[in-house]
Amino acid sequence: MIESKVLPTDYVTKPADLVTSTGRSLRTDEMIINMGPQHPSTHGVLRLEIVVDGEIVVDVIPHIGYLHRCFEKHAEHMTNYQQVIPYADRMDYVASMNNDWGYALAVERLLKIQVPPRVEYIRVIMAELQRIASHLIALGTFGIDMGAFTPFLWCFRDRERILDLFEMTCGARLLYNYIWVGGVSHDLPAKFVERAKDFCAYFKPKIKEFNDLLTYNEIFIKRTANVGVLPRDIGINYACSGPMLRGSGIDWDLRRDDPYGVYNDVEWEVQIGRGEMGTVGDVWDRFIVKVREMEQSVRIIEQALAKIPDGNVQAAIPKRIRPDAGEIYVRTESPRGELGFYIISDGTTSPYRVKARSPAFANLSVIHEIARGCMIADLVAIVGSTDIVLGEVDR
Amino acid sequence: MEQLFQSLAGNPIVVSVLLALPPLIFILLYALVTVYLEMKIAAHMQDRVAYMRTGWHGVLQPVADMLKLIQKEDIIPSSGDKILFILAPYLIFMGTYAGFAAIPFSPAYVGSNVNLGVFYIVAATSIVVVGLLMSGWASNNKWSLLGSMRSAAQLVSYELPTILAILVAVMLTGSLNLQEVIQAQAGGFWNWTVFGGGSVSVVQKIFLLPFTITSFLILFTASLAEVNRTPFDLPEAESELVQGYNTEYSGMKFAIFYLSEYANMFLVSAVATCLFLGGWQSPFGEALNGPFWGVFWLVLKGMGFVVLQIWIRWTLPRLRVDQLMYTSWKVLTPMLFVCIFAVGFILVL
Amino acid sequence: MTALREYFRSIFHALYTVVVGLRTTYRHLFSPAVTIQYPDVRLKLPERARNRLYVNIDDCIGCDQCSMACPVDCITIDTIKSTPDVDLGTTSTGNKKRLYVPTFDIDIAKCCYCGLCVYPCPTECIVMTDVYEFAEFDRQNLIYNYSSMTSGDTAIAREKARKADEEAAAKKAAAAAAKPPAAPAAPKPPSPQTGAPSA
Repeated sequence: MIESKVLPTDYVTKPADLVTSTGRSLRTDEMIINMGPQHPSTHGVLRLEIVVDGEIVVDVIPHIGYLHRCFEKHAEHMTNYQQVIPYADRMDYVASMNNDWGYALAVERLLKIQVPPRVEYIRVIMAELQRIASHLIALGTFGIDMGAFTPFLWCFRDRERILDLFEMTCGARLLYNYIWVGGVSHDLPAKFVERAKDFCAYFKPKIKEFNDLLTYNEIFIKRTANVGVLPRDIGINYACSGPMLRGSGIDWDLRRDDPYGVYNDVEWEVQIGRGEMGTVGDVWDRFIVKVREMEQSVRIIEQALAKIPDGNVQAAIPKRIRPDAGEIYVRTESPRGELGFYIISDGTTSPYRVKARSPAFANLSVIHEIARGCMIADLVAIVGSTDIVLGEVDR
Repeated sequence: MEQLFQSLAGNPIVVSVLLALPPLIFILLYALVTVYLEMKIAAHMQDRVAYMRTGWHGVLQPVADMLKLIQKEDIIPSSGDKILFILAPYLIFMGTYAGFAAIPFSPAYVGSNVNLGVFYIVAATSIVVVGLLMSGWASNNKWSLLGSMRSAAQLVSYELPTILAILVAVMLTGSLNLQEVIQAQAGGFWNWTVFGGGSVSVVQKIFLLPFTITSFLILFTASLAEVNRTPFDLPEAESELVQGYNTEYSGMKFAIFYLSEYANMFLVSAVATCLFLGGWQSPFGEALNGPFWGVFWLVLKGMGFVVLQIWIRWTLPRLRVDQLMYTSWKVLTPMLFVCIFAVGFILVL
Repeated sequence: MTALREYFRSIFHALYTVVVGLRTTYRHLFSPAVTIQYPDVRLKLPERARNRLYVNIDDCIGCDQCSMACPVDCITIDTIKSTPDVDLGTTSTGNKKRLYVPTFDIDIAKCCYCGLCVYPCPTECIVMTDVYEFAEFDRQNLIYNYSSMTSGDTAIAREKARKADEEAAAKKAAAAAAKPPAAPAAPKPPSPQTGAPSA
């Protein structure tokens, strides 16, 4: 257990600590810089107001809302439950499948229906493919933040193959509207299983190559180890989740701890940060957790592809979805962490209230705790490692 | 060559201008080629193909880029320091271009055959620091200021390992005049400084080898920092400082920055080549040696290092400021001191 | 001593990993590229590709279900009832057409390509095609008018529908007047429905 609030950044001597021989402090004025909303490494339209003392970050104030699109209000104004799904797609636009699943699962629990087993397997395959795609973006863009450009394009090359699989399944490459209340929109196409297996075989050596180039590079390790350490207690207090929390060594994954889908029927392991290169919970740990989760996702996909049963892809649900009045909170493990949907139904055909609990928002809110006292370059690393998607933060 | 121009033109000013022209023409042509090379190499490393539309495999793209930059609107920040802002890119280019004056392109051509050639190059390229500081300050942009501060700190601290590594070569060849340094390495690649130089015995060479190779590698590393290339590209670290000191520059001024960056890449490569790899000397002794072959060999060796710089750039991540300083002061400099002492010791024996 | 060992290990490891990285990128230098030259080479989209919407207006029965399903309200449909003497024909799926469709506009600029309009269509007349190049210079051109009726046709149809409505209303009024004898003698004012249909 790490008790310290913020690790001492021993590699910097703050000018404020230095005193001249005559006793005069060398403290200089601090400078306020706006990092974003148009900055190459804020991963979208995040604005960080940073107070810097030379290169050292004294304080960080995130400003959000530049991508607010009223998801929750829109959801209330739809004519039926199904229409919310295209909007849910657009929340976390690099992991749409997981959003769809979270919302669809919430409505299904509200309706108290079970989906056919084939649907469960299809959903797990899709969600894990999406997790790989999302982590690929996170890792690739993090490479860019660190100044390594080549891994980024390799990641996009591999992600493209996943998007091809999605496109042949549901026709869209980014915003799928595939996982529906009570099932999925289409059954898997004829060659899907074969091509997904090909992808798994293709992808495994690519992870190793990526590790060779970036993960175990000494410069990269020096840049990320011991930087932006998120202690366990702060992580929990700020409701962090997903790779961010697991990077701090907390064994918490909703796929195992609050099971949904068929994650219990396949063998896989929750990956946690162990502080191999520095302190537990540093940026490198968060990075390696994502890399290893991709390996685990490949494992899950391979098993699910082998086990997938035949059957229907739509549960028998009424044409007009009209749940009983009531409320429900359902949480799923999106690539970024705990994605929750809280739905209140008043017995009509559209939700009375939808609240989305976005993991990226909680993960982002912790940065002012862990970024104080680091350098600007480290701040970029920390923001990159939180893997935020502003579409989800602002909704 | 000087005498040739002298007899043709007569006027010493015209002669000077004529003598100064070849490096400028070379820089322009070389920049076009290198921009193309860089984009193509980067693309193929990333499983892409880069430009394919302008001409065969996009060979005319650098020309198109250049024309585009010339046409672009020249924006000067209204609250910036206008004079410094305009002056900065030209000062930077001047520093780099001045460095080319002492580079012997062939046995027959060197812009200015000064006795303190290496020393002059190091001094002249230091002007670049002033230009960078000016551009960062005059832009009235906090990111630019941070970038220029970083680059000033970086260039000043990497000057030390560069000079120390140069010192190793100078100790082995016994001159600061680059033409003489190169002549001292005549007689095939085994006489290059990187393999111990031409004036030492075989036994000495064997003992010198580890130290000369280390110095050479360090010189190359330090030169990466001198030209702000990855992993030392902090001054223009895109993901941190937007574009560093040249964030606010556009059009022709940006093109000048770009040009001087590329010219600088060749300059440091050429210096390293002259000092350690025999400059215009052919690797096969007297075969294929001569005024014209000299140009060929120098450009070939120089371009080899430029390609290596490109290769490194598209492979490695970037260091942090404190790590950059650590590398310079705590790794490269102490190692060079060891090299200098060892080389001196071996030479005395 | 450990600090010294760590110092040298770090330098060695840095050099080693740099060489490993250089080797990795070098291998890719000569591997074939994965990109294609787009306007010259085009990938074949899968059958299920969801791109531009297309409406086969001959099959449309004006049921308005696609418009209802659309989450962004990009489909505008207006219908006119036909009179029994007109035969509008049947759709290719065998459904009888009973409504004129004078307006079937899709604002493709608003469309979010979710495909929700495609599923409820009883005659499968609205489909998502694999056309993805339809950029326009004028935003007005992105509103697609699928209706095949001219303004003259529409006016005639409206007039007919209005007359039929009036007749039906008159019949109804007559029936109402005839049936309850105890009804007040006061003449019924024309109901607002019998006026001109929505203009």
